[in-house]
Amino acid sequence: MRAPDLPLPTYKPKDFTSDQDVRWCPGCGDYAVLASVRKALPKLGRRKEEFVFVSGIGCAARFPYYMETYGMHSIHGRAPAFATGIKLANPDLDVWLVSGDGDLLSIGGNHTMHVMRRNVGVRILLLNNRIYGLTKGQYSPTSERGKVTKSTPMGSIDEPVNPLALALAAECTFVARCIDIDAKTLTATMERAAAHPGCAFIEVYQDCNIFNHQAWFYASQKDARPNNTVDLVHGEPLIFGENRDKGVMIVNGRPRAVTIGEGGVTEEDILVFDETDRTLAFTLANMHCPDLPEPLGVLYCHPDRPAYEEASRTQIQDAQADGSADLQKLVDGPDTWMVGS
Amino acid sequence: MTHQLTERPPVSEPTPVETVAVRFAGDSGDGMQLAGGQFTSAAAIRGNDFATFPDYPAEIRAPRGTTFGVSGFQVHFAAKPIHTPGDAIDVLVAMNPAAFKMNVGDVRQGGMIIADEDEFTKVNLKKAGYGPEESPLADEILGQRYRIITVPLSRMVREALSESGQGVKEIDRCRNMFALGLVCWMYDRPLEPTINWLQSYFGDKKNRPEVADMNVTALKTGWAFGETTEAIPQRYAVAAAELPSGRYRKISGNEALVLGLVVAGKKAGKQVSYCGYPITPASDLLHGLANLKRFGVQTFQAEDEIAAVASAIGVSYAGGIGVTGTSGPGLALKGEALGLAVMLELPIVVVDVQRAGPATGMPTKTEQTDLLQAFYGRSGEAPCIVLAASSPSDCFETAIEAVRLATRAMCPAILLSDASIANGAEPWMVPDVSAIPEIEIIHPEALSDSDEPFEPYLRNEETGARRWAIPGTPGLEHRVGGLEKQDITGDVSYDGPNHQKMLALRAEKIAKLANVIPPMEVGGDVGAETLVLGWGGTAGAILSAVERMRGDGVQLAYAHLRHLNPFPSNLGEILGRYKRVIIPEINSGQLRMLIRGMFLVDARGVNVIQGRGFHVDELVEGIQNAMGDKS
Repeated sequence: MRAPDLPLPTYKPKDFTSDQDVRWCPGCGDYAVLASVRKALPKLGRRKEEFVFVSGIGCAARFPYYMETYGMHSIHGRAPAFATGIKLANPDLDVWLVSGDGDLLSIGGNHTMHVMRRNVGVRILLLNNRIYGLTKGQYSPTSERGKVTKSTPMGSIDEPVNPLALALAAECTFVARCIDIDAKTLTATMERAAAHPGCAFIEVYQDCNIFNHQAWFYASQKDARPNNTVDLVHGEPLIFGENRDKGVMIVNGRPRAVTIGEGGVTEEDILVFDETDRTLAFTLANMHCPDLPEPLGVLYCHPDRPAYEEASRTQIQDAQADGSADLQKLVDGPDTWMVGS
Repeated sequence: MTHQLTERPPVSEPTPVETVAVRFAGDSGDGMQLAGGQFTSAAAIRGNDFATFPDYPAEIRAPRGTTFGVSGFQVHFAAKPIHTPGDAIDVLVAMNPAAFKMNVGDVRQGGMIIADEDEFTKVNLKKAGYGPEESPLADEILGQRYRIITVPLSRMVREALSESGQGVKEIDRCRNMFALGLVCWMYDRPLEPTINWLQSYFGDKKNRPEVADMNVTALKTGWAFGETTEAIPQRYAVAAAELPSGRYRKISGNEALVLGLVVAGKKAGKQVSYCGYPITPASDLLHGLANLKRFGVQTFQAEDEIAAVASAIGVSYAGGIGVTGTSGPGLALKGEALGLAVMLELPIVVVDVQRAGPATGMPTKTEQTDLLQAFYGRSGEAPCIVLAASSPSDCFETAIEAVRLATRAMCPAILLSDASIANGAEPWMVPDVSAIPEIEIIHPEALSDSDEPFEPYLRNEETGARRWAIPGTPGLEHRVGGLEKQDITGDVSYDGPNHQKMLALRAEKIAKLANVIPPMEVGGDVGAETLVLGWGGTAGAILSAVERMRGDGVQLAYAHLRHLNPFPSNLGEILGRYKRVIIPEINSGQLRMLIRGMFLVDARGVNVIQGRGFHVDELVEGIQNAMGDKS
């Protein structure tokens, strides 16, 4: 179905812009993500018709309507299953799944887990704003304990789910985190996700400026970000802080934020990040402000596991290899008998 | 104590009989399904017509000897065409007291019961709910009503296999083959096919030749017991039936669905992707298709019923044939996604092998209670194509028809089967696959930038269907989704009049299929005052009842529906011809409600909902009553 003989046009972001008016609230973090996605796609070496955007239900799930690609706005929570079917039928398509925290982690939690453990080659953008926006402000599965919303007037008593830890536990082979307004990291991470053969998961801290404004400001704002987050670079030490003088050390098996130069800590003591280390990734996924910086970038990448759809295609090809399939024989079955002449 | 067999004079030639129903009944671990299946193959080899009724509990290995663990397999075979597994049984093989208790009521008066007397111990009697001194084998009333043959079956099998070196547990697993051997002797059935099967299955496939040998010995011992015992003085012969000339095979409904789906994919020139979640009694579809990857079939065991239908829709969106299969509870879970498929106007096939509901209900028992769910079980007005298979072999053509209609109308097709035809088997004249018409599917071609923009919801005038544009095709990039679509452009639209128009368009394209489906045919006394109308897996029972009544001089016309949405175009006209319309169903009157509502016909029902197919006797009585209801 793919047409490799066709030349690859030089695309611009506007080539991926559909004629539909964008209907998100002014100031919504989704605009920034949309802009980054339109900016990233021309760099991915794919023809426009190979992209399919799939979503569930929610504000973020309107995403496909705004992309001049193939797209499906499906039903609540089930986008991973639709995306799986698309990849099974045509592994050559580049399938992107864009949806929110309520969609992918609450009603669709089951499917999110299974698309990851199967390693279906879809790229998932989870736009996490820690709130239900489209239904006007109920707490979501990522809302913090004590969150006061329309449905939790005395504060939420739910423990929030940790999307990165969930992805790692679900055997996801590419796990990353970005911030909506940080276009540079987001497009770079998308490029890496697009090159990953299996399931790629990117959590995006996204601001809902109507129902949960500033939820991520500690991580997204210029003045706060350096001290509250750490940018992950494979092979580099976990150093952060506006003066680049802070780091993460493992002390007694646990991560601890330290200042280089204080208490005898040198740069040599700082933990070096290895994106192929799943145990380390799990440790980083569980670092939360204010005690520890929250990691940004690619936490974990394991590109060697075959994608699910490729394994499925391979089984079919192997089964067909000897060319022994005879449809009439199949219908005849093992035993037939004659009646009459 | 060894049971001595005494020699006796050779039995006279077998007495010819026209039809026989034999039921093997025992614990669910006793191998009754296997014995029944082999006995069916023997009927096929003898050229009989046959119909089978496997009846098994949901418990895989219920506690031994309990009534809820009883598994049965009924084989009805005949020297003439038959259409049902039979009402009353001529021979019951009861492997223990529980099997005796649960099945004795179905044995015809004067019928034979072969019981393993060694299993009628105090303990087992108690487990079956009999008193310790209350063995039914010694019951005088039962003894007058039936011919009860007690056989020291377990002892004889243990004796015959005492040299095998195997433990009692292994040896006792061969009891079913003794029973089969004995019944084969009674009905003059050859042992060779079963011997060959045992050697191939246990010997070659499982690499346990010693188990094959043990079973063969038990089988032969059963036959030899028949030859020597005086308890069974008579053998019977059931001659070949006069079926239309041709090449036949044995087939069950689930097997036929698997084959039909594979053939449909080939005829459409597309890969079939079957996305399923295990559920009784539909799991065999997943198992069957998973074994046919060499035919290019893809199978996907999803994480749940919703993911199964959603992935099937994803497959169809990407240009494949997405199929999912389930039973009633699963269809309920798929409802929302099916509504989306109606909105997206994508072709998928949903097989519902109906079982007794609601909720978990009786998972291994049959029912026709999902008809209205298939029609209406979605939010909003979301019509789907609805078809129903009428017999095990009819599942083959119905599967191909479902793919044909779904792809023509760009709409989900729900195919209703049921537990009785899914597991029941019958002879099937094998079709010539090359003679089955192709399924024509045309996808829109690529557009260049200079062309007009692609309009995903522009329709084909003849079919009313939108075009099936596949991702990967240059220039056809478009978005689909669950929000209401603007006619032609497919843009999101909240416009009221447009919504009403789209609802009508989605219904109309299904109605238009009536132009390409065959008109309904009426059988029997076409000019009679009464029409018996059926749908789905009850066809055989209804035909048998109608034919019996006509034989008794009652004037009756009958017709059977495969297409339920849309109905055949001549249905209304036919209904109008009859003074009475009687609709037998294994539900409380679901088709009747539709017929009444759509055609203003005062249809009467015959409704038996007991987890099994109709008995011909009760249908005859029901039809008679319904005829009397209104003169």
